[in-house]
Amino acid sequence: MKLVLTEEEQFLKDTAKNFAEERSPISHFRSLRDNKNPFLWDKDIWSEMVKLGWPGILIAEEYGGSNFGMTGMGIILQECAKTLTPSPLFATGVLGAYAISQFGDDDQKRKYLPKIVSGEITTALAVDEEAHHNPTNTELSAVKNKDTFKINGKKIFVIDGASADLLIVLARTSGIKSDSTGLTLFLIDSKTSGVEIIKLDMADSRNYANIKFDNVDVTQSQVLGDMEAAGEIADNILDIGRIAISAEMLGNAESAFDATLDYLKQRKQFGALIGSFQALQHRAAEMFCEIELTKSSVLSALRAADENSNELQRLSSLSKTVAGETLHLVSNEAIQMHGGIGVTDEYDIGFFLKRARVAEQIFGSSKYHTERYANLSGF
Amino acid sequence: MNEIDKFRLDTKEWLDRNCPKSMRAGADPKIPQDEVWGGRNATYKNPESKIWLERMGEKGWTMPTIPKEYGGGGLSKEEVKILNEELFLIGAKQPLLSFGIWMLAPVLLEYGTEKQKKEHLPKIIKGEIRWCQGYSEPGSGSDLASLSTKADDIGDKFLVNGQKVWTSYADKADWIFALVRTGPKEPKHNGISFLLIDMETKGVSTKPITLISGKSPFCETFFDNVEVPKENLIGELNAGWTIAKKLLQHERAFISNFGLAAAMGSKRDVVSIAKKHFGEKNGKIQNEFYRSQIATHKIKEHAFGLTLKRAGDEGGKASATASMFKLYGTEHNKKRHELMVAASGINGIAWDGDEFDDDDKNLTRAWLRTKGNSIEGGTSEVQLNVISKRVLGLPSQ
Repeated sequence: MKLVLTEEEQFLKDTAKNFAEERSPISHFRSLRDNKNPFLWDKDIWSEMVKLGWPGILIAEEYGGSNFGMTGMGIILQECAKTLTPSPLFATGVLGAYAISQFGDDDQKRKYLPKIVSGEITTALAVDEEAHHNPTNTELSAVKNKDTFKINGKKIFVIDGASADLLIVLARTSGIKSDSTGLTLFLIDSKTSGVEIIKLDMADSRNYANIKFDNVDVTQSQVLGDMEAAGEIADNILDIGRIAISAEMLGNAESAFDATLDYLKQRKQFGALIGSFQALQHRAAEMFCEIELTKSSVLSALRAADENSNELQRLSSLSKTVAGETLHLVSNEAIQMHGGIGVTDEYDIGFFLKRARVAEQIFGSSKYHTERYANLSGF
Repeated sequence: MNEIDKFRLDTKEWLDRNCPKSMRAGADPKIPQDEVWGGRNATYKNPESKIWLERMGEKGWTMPTIPKEYGGGGLSKEEVKILNEELFLIGAKQPLLSFGIWMLAPVLLEYGTEKQKKEHLPKIIKGEIRWCQGYSEPGSGSDLASLSTKADDIGDKFLVNGQKVWTSYADKADWIFALVRTGPKEPKHNGISFLLIDMETKGVSTKPITLISGKSPFCETFFDNVEVPKENLIGELNAGWTIAKKLLQHERAFISNFGLAAAMGSKRDVVSIAKKHFGEKNGKIQNEFYRSQIATHKIKEHAFGLTLKRAGDEGGKASATASMFKLYGTEHNKKRHELMVAASGINGIAWDGDEFDDDDKNLTRAWLRTKGNSIEGGTSEVQLNVISKRVLGLPSQ
């Protein structure tokens, strides 16, 4: 596992950086929010990402993808996160593309993957049912009757759930809440009768939904992966998602930190640049160290995903924790060091704080992953 | 067979023949182990420690990358990697601990004259001369460049007068590399020179300092009209500060690596200590509060290890990251010891006597010793200053 980018990856990083800065600066996000865009992402920007081949990065060539790998995807998410670029890339290009590529049968792959690559459909992963992430607490039921299932229940905080065409839903086919067995994943068209999408308004102004399932009929062909095996399958998909969101959080932290450093070098008080005050210098230096640790953690986890490492779970929890703690620190310090303008809506830095807190909750907080890391490490 | 495979095979065979059994993993625990620092007055509890040092020294493999003409191994990067792998495979003990290797040799190579390199490097590599570092002074700690030990020009010699402090193992060292003031009228950074002094010279004396841990790894070193030949000056006169800073980078890199290696290789493990004192159930430490603190700490340790690996993969280019590693490595080591002491309860603060295990008493002293880690080699606050200014480009006041 080499913790340095290849030439190709570096090239991709430059492309993503230019794209984010030119096509999707923070003002783009602000205008989506202010104009109450229903998806909170822009279809034209998404089409451009599709043209660059980004939704197909985790998809095999036979379905039209580039199979470039998770490190490449992580780099794009990191760069786009620097300008808070909203897009369905995480929910579709990572979660949907990975879930179906890895666990779908041939029919499912042929049916959905080319459409993900071409941008024809977007996807969402519906897992959580409670305020705190916990996949095994699934109660949404799928009751089998011959070759069909009836699905009843509710999923909450579904990322890009307000716009997704295809839902990947974690359901209980046997057992009771908190059992890690008896779980099965289903692929369900969001337009299916009985599916009700309730758009959520969250602090970070991104696309989320709660989704109700009222006697929704699905067939055996909609089962993703093996029946009753979703305890492990979903956890694997979630690990990929956790690593990807960590890459985003790293980008958020780098950008908020850079903005803060710039401010420290411009703002004058008491006749001096505030960046010359040791009280602020040391805190900035500490943030720098935390960001460096986060870079290594995220890159290791991305590489582990590409190399199918048996350390994947531990590195996923490691990177989600480290990225979470770093972004938490940086987003708070960024506001404080900006002083009064840091708490105004007019200034962009507040966006990073709001995004940080939401991202920290996605697929498990630092607390959740610290606990998981300890369990996986044998103490 | 290509060259590199042949090198591996030859190395394997050489180690098989030359690395004594007690210097390998699985050695008889009854055989005493030495901490080998070499030098004129070295003594050995286990004669095989000496044999292992001599054989590795002869090969130049205590500094495998240094050219053969200076007594080094003359190996390529790839060969060094193989050598390290083969040493690791048999669990070979490090033949020599040496400030000469970690700090002085790299700057000698860069700034020394041909004659100086030929004179000093082979003795460092063979462990014949043990070096110590004369940097800090009673009045110059973090503000190192304010140092006042002076070296006056008296024709073909310097006359050195002053005092150094925190000189590691000065009472056991043969030579000292010291920063001295040769330009009293110059601005403070521009009047410093880098000088090598034989500790046997008349007028040099040392006095050990007892630390809060009860141990004495450091000394005060006094210079009273010490005559030093001018050929012992490294680099230009009054240009010693550049060399001093370069050496500090090597020192910081070494200290931070050492901290992590200590954590990885230590027999003291915070998890097993916590399990011992709190008990375990299904492998879990039976105290949620400590378990959570330990997990947070272990995650940081893991991330730090990955960062050291990344720096290595990137080619270890950035000098400023040495400050980050020094800061992080030492703060982490302190935290690790605090956790071990806390998890040990009463046993974690044992000092002496038969009522306590050696493990407990040693932990107490090790914990106290770590308090110096974030002070020696530049305090944590100095490292934060270096990062602020050199890496982040924040303005000076």
